[in-house]
Amino acid sequence: MGRYLVRRLINYIILLFVAISLAYLLAATALNPRALYEVRNPPLPPASIEASLRQYNLSDKVPILERYWIWLKGVLFHWNWGYSPTGIPVGPEVARRIGVSTRLLVLGTFIGIISGVAAGAWSAVRQYGVRDRVLTVISLILLSTPTFVSATILIILATDFNNSTGIPFFEFTGETGQQGTEPLAWLWDRLQHLLLPTLVLVMVNFPFFVRIQRNLMLDSLGADYVRTARAKGLRKERAVMKHALRTSLIPTGTYFAFSVATLFTGAAFTETIFSFNGLGQYGVTTISGNDVNGTVAVTAFSGVCVLVGAMLSDVMVAILDPRVRLS
Amino acid sequence: MSEQLIGEQVVAAELSGETDNPTPEEQRSGKRLNRRQLIVRRFLRNKTAVVGLVVFLLLALLAIVGPYVTPWGWDQIDDSSFLSPPSASHWLGTTQEGRDVLALTIKGLSKSMLVGVLVALLSTSMAALVGSVAAYFGMIVEKTLLWIIDLLLVIPSFLIIAVISTGGPQGAYSWLLLVLLLAAFGWMLTARVVRSLTLALKDLDYVQAARFMSVPAPTIIVRHILPNISSLLVVDATLNVGGAILGETGLSYFGFGIQPPDTSLGTLIADGQSSATVFPWIFLSPAILLVIIVLSVNAIGDGLRDALDPNSGASGRAM
Repeated sequence: MGRYLVRRLINYIILLFVAISLAYLLAATALNPRALYEVRNPPLPPASIEASLRQYNLSDKVPILERYWIWLKGVLFHWNWGYSPTGIPVGPEVARRIGVSTRLLVLGTFIGIISGVAAGAWSAVRQYGVRDRVLTVISLILLSTPTFVSATILIILATDFNNSTGIPFFEFTGETGQQGTEPLAWLWDRLQHLLLPTLVLVMVNFPFFVRIQRNLMLDSLGADYVRTARAKGLRKERAVMKHALRTSLIPTGTYFAFSVATLFTGAAFTETIFSFNGLGQYGVTTISGNDVNGTVAVTAFSGVCVLVGAMLSDVMVAILDPRVRLS
Repeated sequence: MSEQLIGEQVVAAELSGETDNPTPEEQRSGKRLNRRQLIVRRFLRNKTAVVGLVVFLLLALLAIVGPYVTPWGWDQIDDSSFLSPPSASHWLGTTQEGRDVLALTIKGLSKSMLVGVLVALLSTSMAALVGSVAAYFGMIVEKTLLWIIDLLLVIPSFLIIAVISTGGPQGAYSWLLLVLLLAAFGWMLTARVVRSLTLALKDLDYVQAARFMSVPAPTIIVRHILPNISSLLVVDATLNVGGAILGETGLSYFGFGIQPPDTSLGTLIADGQSSATVFPWIFLSPAILLVIIVLSVNAIGDGLRDALDPNSGASGRAM
């Protein structure tokens, strides 16, 4: 088991290395930092543009493999992920934004996943009942609504509420705003700013997990061992909770591990719309800002997240599934 | 087992349209249905799916015919009304530049639907091809293809598509590049499923027999293996339309996908979103339409899945 995990880990690391290298080569070819300097007014002399680009290892006049080598040495030996075209080091920026993203995402994702799993299991027990149908339709609608639509609709509704009551209850820009002077005002302020984005994240995660858990639960409710449990005289609730729900939570565990690890990658819309300067928003701004090193760093971090998710779900299965655990 | 699978194969051939019609005798008896009739019947029993199909066809009709019947052209500018709310002359209002929202929305709808359908066809074909080839040939081919699949899954597709389309060629046909990119990053999970299904199929007697009669491998894959997994592929292609539309609009929303002056639902939503609280009509029409298309595609996909799955409850009482 241990050897197997180590072999997988090594394979993952090679995969990650190739993926990040490809991302670097691609970003360095496709993006054009020189354009940023060329549109300056008054125009800069070409020699000084070239000098600044070379200073940050971004000049397209240097052969791409040479730039790649310099970049790779920096990352491997000094943990230096390079500089943006304006000379801001990328590494600390990413680290700061991981913090912002975490504060934004953790609450909404967990509430969405847990309520989704609970609702999915609940509605599977009532299959084809009215409540099950209503929940299925709701989750289908939520699943078909992209984040940028649901977030904007929430903002429209919140603005209407604020305007009609005259109280600025809903906040939708940034992490913090104007604070009162009462104790714990900072906490209240943060929660106010978190409310709408959290709601959006719940709307993203909830329907996904409702569908997964409902299908899994239906499978296990129809399984022979649940019928056996009932036939032996176990009460329905007990058979459902102990036999059906438990086994159907195993595959959900893998999705759960994966969703938690890939939290950061899917949040570009929520972060952009609610002006949280998080990692997803950074990914988008670096691409439109021709910031080669920034783009690669975000790509690398997302890749690490996916692999951690894959490893976590392997481990999760090993812990939860007795067939794997005991073999 | 193998008998059932051969049955499935016949079924699949019928799905792809190469069916021989039921004899009049069978039709008269009214009880025997061939597989296609069965599937249609099971699909029609699912009200949500039927509504989804009707809505999708109506939207497709709107996208094709719409430009000829709307009072304004999508690139026409009305100098007398800027940012005007819905009225008799502009049914869905106008934008800041004085363009008709209805005409723009229809234009965006047709582009988004076109992208969605093309991407779905491409990525499902790719998945079928790679998955079955990997499993059929095994050994080094399988290892390599699986490794490429893992690699593409690790790379965050959204960022990479954004990078390539930012640096790629611009112009009237740049949306074709977007189609290729969305398809190139959309096939991996299905390919894995196809591979595991093919693994079970390739050792069946009739596949072995074909191989020993020296039927070339591509023929075996296309004639004997893919028809057996066509149910999966049909459902996957349908659901991929929705996914591709969401992918395209998401990228266009950030300005990485469809580039102006071309229009898609994503670019329209992005245009309308900044002023959505003051002039909601610019945002709402493309947004509602987008949700409706994806919803209808998902409903069709669910209905197809139930209709094609022999174990599902869609068989109803008649069976």
